[in-house]
Amino acid sequence: MYKPLMIAATLAAALFAGSVIAQPTPDRTAFQAFGAKPGLVVLMDDFMTRLLADERTAPFFKKANPQQVKEQLVEQFCEVLSGPCTYKGVDMKSAHQDLEIRKSEFNALVEILQAAMNARGVPFSAQNQLLAKLAPMHRDIVTTR
Amino acid sequence: MKKLLLATVGALALAGSAQAATGKLLLTGGVSTVDGAAGGGLSPWALIGTHATEGQWGAAVHASHARTQDYRLHAFGVAVATNDRFELSLARQDFDAGETGPALGIPGLRLKQDIVGAKWRLAGDAVLDSDTPMPQIAIGALAKRVDAGGLAATLDALGARRRGVDIYLSATKLFLAQGILVNATLRASKANQNGLLGYGGAAHDRVKLLPEVSVAWLIKRTLAVGAEYRVKPDNLNPSLLGAALKEDDWFDVFVAWAPSKHVSITAAYVDLGRIVPGVKPRRQTGAYLSAQFAF
Repeated sequence: MYKPLMIAATLAAALFAGSVIAQPTPDRTAFQAFGAKPGLVVLMDDFMTRLLADERTAPFFKKANPQQVKEQLVEQFCEVLSGPCTYKGVDMKSAHQDLEIRKSEFNALVEILQAAMNARGVPFSAQNQLLAKLAPMHRDIVTTR
Repeated sequence: MKKLLLATVGALALAGSAQAATGKLLLTGGVSTVDGAAGGGLSPWALIGTHATEGQWGAAVHASHARTQDYRLHAFGVAVATNDRFELSLARQDFDAGETGPALGIPGLRLKQDIVGAKWRLAGDAVLDSDTPMPQIAIGALAKRVDAGGLAATLDALGARRRGVDIYLSATKLFLAQGILVNATLRASKANQNGLLGYGGAAHDRVKLLPEVSVAWLIKRTLAVGAEYRVKPDNLNPSLLGAALKEDDWFDVFVAWAPSKHVSITAAYVDLGRIVPGVKPRRQTGAYLSAQFAF
C-alpha cells in the first residue's frame, strides 16, 4: 500500500508542476509587480549603479552612455513584461557582438539584476517571469564560447 | 582515501581563494548526490556540478549522513567540473549495518563502497533556454566497488559481484518563469541496494533500466524544496535466503538551502524501503543531511 502512495505523491507533484507550467502568464501582473514603468526606472538606476560597481560587469558598461542604456533597458523590460512599451533599440546580437562577453559574465549580470530586484522588493515569481524572458538572450549576448 | 580527500580539499581551498569559479547562478549546479555526482540527493541530474560555467573549472566537496531506524550511512566525496560540460566525482560510502551484523553472525559489519563518477553534458542549458521545452541532457557513469567485509562470502554465495557500473541518461529542465525544476533519469544498473549489497544475483543477473524522477520548487533564490522517486531492482529476491533480501524503491522529500555561493545544505526525509527484511522487516525511514562546499 505504501509504494503506490509514494508514486502517487511524486506523480501528483509532477502533475501539479505541469499544471502550473501550463497556465498562461497573467497579462500585466508581473509588470505591475515591478511598479509599472516608474518602478522599472528606479530599478534600472540601482541596477546600473550595481553593474558599474561590480568588477565582472563594469568593463562592459564603462564605454556606454549609462543614461541611454538605462532608458533602453526600461523600454525593453517594460516590453517583455507585456507593458505598454516598444523597445526601439538595436537587436541584442548587434548590440553585443563586439563585447566578448562570456557566459560567466552573462550570469553575473543576472545575479546583479536579482540583487537589484530583491532590493526593490519585487516578488520572486515576478522576478522569474522577467528572467524567463531575458535568459534565452544568452544566445545573442554571449559571444565568447 | 581520507588523506587524499583532505589534501584535495586543502588544494582546492587554496585554488578557490585564488580563483573561485562563481560563474553559475545559485543552486543551478544541483547538490551532491549520495554517490557523488551532482543532482538531488538520491538521483543524479543532467546538471554539471560546481559553480564553473563555460570557460571555467570548479570543484566541490560534500559530506552526507543518512540515519534510519536500524542503519547509518556516511558518505563524502569530491567533484571537479570543467566548462559546464564534464564532471568527475569520487565518493566513499560507509554503511553501518547496526544490529543486522550480529544477527548475521558478523558483529560490527560495515559495508564500504568507493564510487568513481563521470558525467558529460550532451546538449541544452537547463536554466537559460527558458523559451523552449528542450531540457539539458547528460550521460553519466558510476563505477562502484564494494568492500563487504565479513559479508563478502555471503555475497559470493548469492551470486552478487563486488564491482559494478551504472550508466545513466538524465534530462533536467528548469521552468524558470514558474520556478519549477524537473529531472528524469534512466539508469541501467545491476546494483543491489545501490551497490552496498553487490551487483546482480543468482536469480536475476541482467542489467535493468530503472527510471528516477525528481521535482523541485524554487521558493526563493537560495531555497528549494522537492521530492524524488527512484526505482530499484530486486535482484536478490528470491535468493538462497528466500525473500530475506528483498529491496524496495527509494523516495525522499528534501529542502536545499544555499546561504552563499560556496555553501549548500540539504536536509531530507528519506524512505529507503526494506533493507535486509529477513532481519529487519520494517521500512527504513529517516533523516538525510548533506553539506556541500563549492569553489
